[in-house]
Amino acid sequence: MHQFQKNFRIDIVHLDESSMEFDMVGIDASIANAFRRILLAEVPTMAVEKVFIYNNTSIVQDEVLAHRLGLIPIKADPRLFEFKNAGQESAEDDGSEIDTIQLQLKIKCSRNPNASKESSDPRELYRNHMVYSRDLKWIPLGNQADVFADFSIRPVHDDILIAQLRPGQELDIVMHCVKGIGRDHAKFSPVATASYRLLPEITLLEVVEGEKAELLKHCFSRGVIDLEDVRGKKVAKVVNSRLDTCSREVLRHVDLKNLVKLGRVRDHFIFTVESTGILPPDVLVTEAIQVLMSKCQMFLNEMTCTDME
Amino acid sequence: MAGEMEKKPKLEMVQADGADEGCVTFVMHDEDHTLGNSLRYMIMKNPDVEFCGYTITHPSESKINFRIQTRGGVPAVESLRKGLNDLHDVGQHVLNTFQARVGEFKQREDQPME
Repeated sequence: MHQFQKNFRIDIVHLDESSMEFDMVGIDASIANAFRRILLAEVPTMAVEKVFIYNNTSIVQDEVLAHRLGLIPIKADPRLFEFKNAGQESAEDDGSEIDTIQLQLKIKCSRNPNASKESSDPRELYRNHMVYSRDLKWIPLGNQADVFADFSIRPVHDDILIAQLRPGQELDIVMHCVKGIGRDHAKFSPVATASYRLLPEITLLEVVEGEKAELLKHCFSRGVIDLEDVRGKKVAKVVNSRLDTCSREVLRHVDLKNLVKLGRVRDHFIFTVESTGILPPDVLVTEAIQVLMSKCQMFLNEMTCTDME
Repeated sequence: MAGEMEKKPKLEMVQADGADEGCVTFVMHDEDHTLGNSLRYMIMKNPDVEFCGYTITHPSESKINFRIQTRGGVPAVESLRKGLNDLHDVGQHVLNTFQARVGEFKQREDQPME
């Protein structure tokens, strides 16, 4: 354990609002994979779950529309909400303010009376003919108006096209969002993707110089191998193996393939986390680690309860 | 020792050998490779454990069979408990390190702007 704490380190390469790249060194593959799996499937978010369609005269079928609405990312901090109790399944179970967000979509397409006679551009002819995610309105329940006074709950992106309408068609929909995890349905996944790769390791078994060095440099991605001047001859040196995309081009060349050994550093993981925008990526990783810890804690509690019986 | 009598037991124990506490199969519900593989790794680090493995009996059912065999008469429950604690500590250390590094990175970001 102390050995682990001594060898373990994290380096953050890049961090902004929507994605981050960081290195984890000194950890085993099983735990790195556990973090990746949790980021994809077990960090909870809020998404539209129940769609009450009061009127839908558009060309998009009810179920297709409901499916599309479910996939829209909703910018609401899931940590402020609770999971909905799986017990009650009553028909109009209007969720309480602690576990449900209510959104409404009410839009009607009409003809534009000011359009010119010959135009065929839908943007001129019709009003509200494209339904975007910015048309979703938040209806605060209970004390949500006070709790979320600083920022209103809305979709992460304003310009997601939900449906297209023509004059006379309208949508009148009420939606309930609940908290869920990606394991239940992919719409609850908080990451666009989360992946890791191992740091490539390139070892030159012999000294490579001259024209062979040039050829070697071109076999790898740019920046991996540099040529330095040693006593007038160009010698190849591995500068930054991180940039390599591991295409193994060098093994195609008969004269070069025995001079290089390609491998991976077994405990150096380069994580890339892209968030959908609901939570910043560093918060997501923190949440994922906490989910793993809470799983362990839950089993420990189970064991102590069973022992005491 | 059996699972709890609540709505759904999360952790059950199936003891195949008569009185030998060292060989136990645990059935964990609603779990998969995420916890299974990482827990197996932590438990294998324990020198008292002779055998540790897990299987997912059927992919449609979300439960794992986790088997621990110890040597020297150590009860398997203790190894499981130690493994869970170790995994928890690893998580805690990773969390602390990560948060410290994020804090540093953000400070470094702010500094050039000042």
